[in-house]
Amino acid sequence: MRFGVVLERLAQLIPVLFGVCLVVFLMVTLTPGDPVEIMLGNERSTPEQAEELRRQMGLHLPPHERFFAFIGNAVTGDFGRSFFHRRPVIEVIAERLPATLELTIVAMTIALGLAIPLGILAALKRGSWLDRVATMVSLAGVSMPGFWFGIMLIMLFAVHLGWMPVSGRVDYALEVPRLTGMILFDSLAHGRFDTFRDALHHILMPALTLGLAMSALLMRVTRASMIEVLQQDYILFAEAKGIGRARLILRHGLRNALIPTVTVAALETGYLLGGNTIVETVFGWPGLARVIVEGIFSRDYPLVQAGVLVIALIYVGVNFVADLLYTLINPRVKL
Amino acid sequence: MTVRALDNAGAESILAINLRRFGRDRFAAMAGAIAIGFVVMAAFAPWLAPHDPSDSDLLRRLQPPAWIEGGDWAFPLGCDSLGRDLLSRIVHGARVSLMVGVAVVLLAAAVGTAAGLAAGFLRGAVDAVISRVVDVLLGFPYLIFAIGLMGMMGPGIENIVLALVYKEWTIACRVIRGETLAARELDYVEAARAAGASPAHIMFREILPNILSPLLVVATTRMATIIILEASLSFLGLGVQPPMASWGSMVADGRSYMLEAWWISAFPGIAIFLLVLSINLASQGLRDAFDPRYRP
Repeated sequence: MRFGVVLERLAQLIPVLFGVCLVVFLMVTLTPGDPVEIMLGNERSTPEQAEELRRQMGLHLPPHERFFAFIGNAVTGDFGRSFFHRRPVIEVIAERLPATLELTIVAMTIALGLAIPLGILAALKRGSWLDRVATMVSLAGVSMPGFWFGIMLIMLFAVHLGWMPVSGRVDYALEVPRLTGMILFDSLAHGRFDTFRDALHHILMPALTLGLAMSALLMRVTRASMIEVLQQDYILFAEAKGIGRARLILRHGLRNALIPTVTVAALETGYLLGGNTIVETVFGWPGLARVIVEGIFSRDYPLVQAGVLVIALIYVGVNFVADLLYTLINPRVKL
Repeated sequence: MTVRALDNAGAESILAINLRRFGRDRFAAMAGAIAIGFVVMAAFAPWLAPHDPSDSDLLRRLQPPAWIEGGDWAFPLGCDSLGRDLLSRIVHGARVSLMVGVAVVLLAAAVGTAAGLAAGFLRGAVDAVISRVVDVLLGFPYLIFAIGLMGMMGPGIENIVLALVYKEWTIACRVIRGETLAARELDYVEAARAAGASPAHIMFREILPNILSPLLVVATTRMATIIILEASLSFLGLGVQPPMASWGSMVADGRSYMLEAWWISAFPGIAIFLLVLSINLASQGLRDAFDPRYRP
C-alpha cells in the first residue's frame, strides 16, 4: 500500500468531515425559536444577560461567519461553555468519552466473541438443529429492543437474584487514579486486579445489552460468508491434498470468511455508538452518549452539538481505518 | 404503444408471481399475518381496547396481571402506576409504532426513490451532489442523529417522523441508485431512449416499475428498524408525550417499579418484540421470494 494513496484517501475524507460539521451546525441554526430564550427558559434573566449569552454563543454574527467560527473552534477543541455543567464543553466530553469508548469496545468484543464461533458452527452444520436454533436466536436478537432487554436483565440478575450490580462503572471504594479514564485498562496499569474484577462485573450486563443485536447480525454475516468460502475451489483442493479438518477450516476457510465480518463490524460501529444512548441511560453508565441525552433535557445546546459532532467524527474515523484495514487483509482489493 | 402495454403487463405479473411465491412460504406468511393482525389492532384500537387508555384509578395502582394474586380479569395484563389498564394502553400504543413506521418508510421511500433514480439515471453533477449528501448523512450513527434532531426540534410524533426521514431516505436512495445504474444499460431502457422518451418518462414509467421488488424488500426490513428507533426515542423521553401511550415510553414508566411491578415494563416490550420479529420474518420471506439469489 503506497503512502500516497493513503494521503489520497485522507483527502477524500475532508469533504465528508466538512459536511458532518455543516449538518451539526445546521441542526442548531435551522431550529425554529431562539436558542438563548429556550436555554434561559424559566430562569429569571435580564435582557442584558440574554444579550451577553447571545454574544458568548456568537449568535449576533451572520450564519456563514458563525459556521466558519464553529469549524475554527471545533478544530482547536473550543466548543464553548456548557450551560448546565458551567465549565468548558471540551472538559465534559474528555471526562465522559472514555466510559463510552470502554463500553463500546467491550460490547464489540462480546459481539465478535459470540458471533464468530457460532457463525462458523452454524455454517459447518448447515441445516442441522444447531443451525436452525442459531438462526432463530439471531433473528430474535435483532428484533429485541435494547432498552427492554437491558431492563429485563437488571430485573432478573440485579434486582431479583442480586448477582449483578444495578448501575455504575465500579464500586466507589475500589476506584483507581485516572490514566485513560477506561477503568478496565487503568486498573490493570495500576496492578489493581480487585478493581479490574469489579469493573468487569459492572460492565458485563451493559456490554451484553449493547452487543446483543450486533452479535446476531455478525453471526448471520459470518455464517453466510463461511458457507460461501467452503464452496470455493481452493478449499476443495486443500481438502483433496488431505489437510486436516481443523487446519482447513481455521487456516484456509476462516481467514477469508472473516473479511465480511470485520467489514460489517466496522460499518456497524455506528449502531453501537448510537445504542450507547440507550444502554448508558438504562444502566446509569456515566458516558458521553448519556450526557448528550441529558443535555437535551437541560437545553444545553453547545454540549449537545459538540457531543453529536465528536461521536460522528469517531464513527467516520473508525470507518476510514476499517477501509484501510480491509484493503490490507484482502489482497484482491488494490488501493 | 402495444409494446409498452405488453411491457407493463409483464412487470406486474413478476410482482404477482413473487407475491404468490411468498404466500407459499408458510412460516413467513404466518409472520406476515401476525404483523397484519397488529395493524388491525391499531386501526380498531378504540373498539378493541377494553378500557380508556388514559383512564386512571389510583385504587388499581400497580395492580398485577389477572393470573397473579390480586389480579382481576377485567384488567388482564394489570395496571400501571396511575392505575391505567396496561392492555388498553398496549393496544393504543400500536398506533404510534405503526403510524411512525409506515409514515417514515413511505416518506423515505418516496424521497429516496426520486433521489436514487435521478442520481443513477442522470449521473454527472446530480449524482455527485446526491452521493455526497448521502455520504455525509451516513457519517452519523442513526440514533445519535435522530436524538440530536429531536433535541433541537422538540418532542412530538411529527418531529419523530421528520427526524427519522432526514436520514432514512439515504437507504432507499442507495438501493434505487444501484438498481438504476444497472437498469439504464438494459435493452428496454435503450429502446425507450431510441423511441424519444423523455428522461422523466424513462425513470418513472420504464425503470421504476421494474425495480419495485427490491424497494419493497428494503421497505419492510427498514420498517422493523424504524419501529425500534421510535420506541427508543420514546423510551428516552424524546418521543410522543404523555398521556399518549407509546410502547417505548411505557417501558420507561415501568423502570421505577422494577421491584414491585415487573409487568409495566415487561408487556409493552414483548409487544415491540413480537411486532418487530414478525415483520423481520415476513421481510426475510419476501426477500427469499423476490431475490433469485436466495432461492433454493
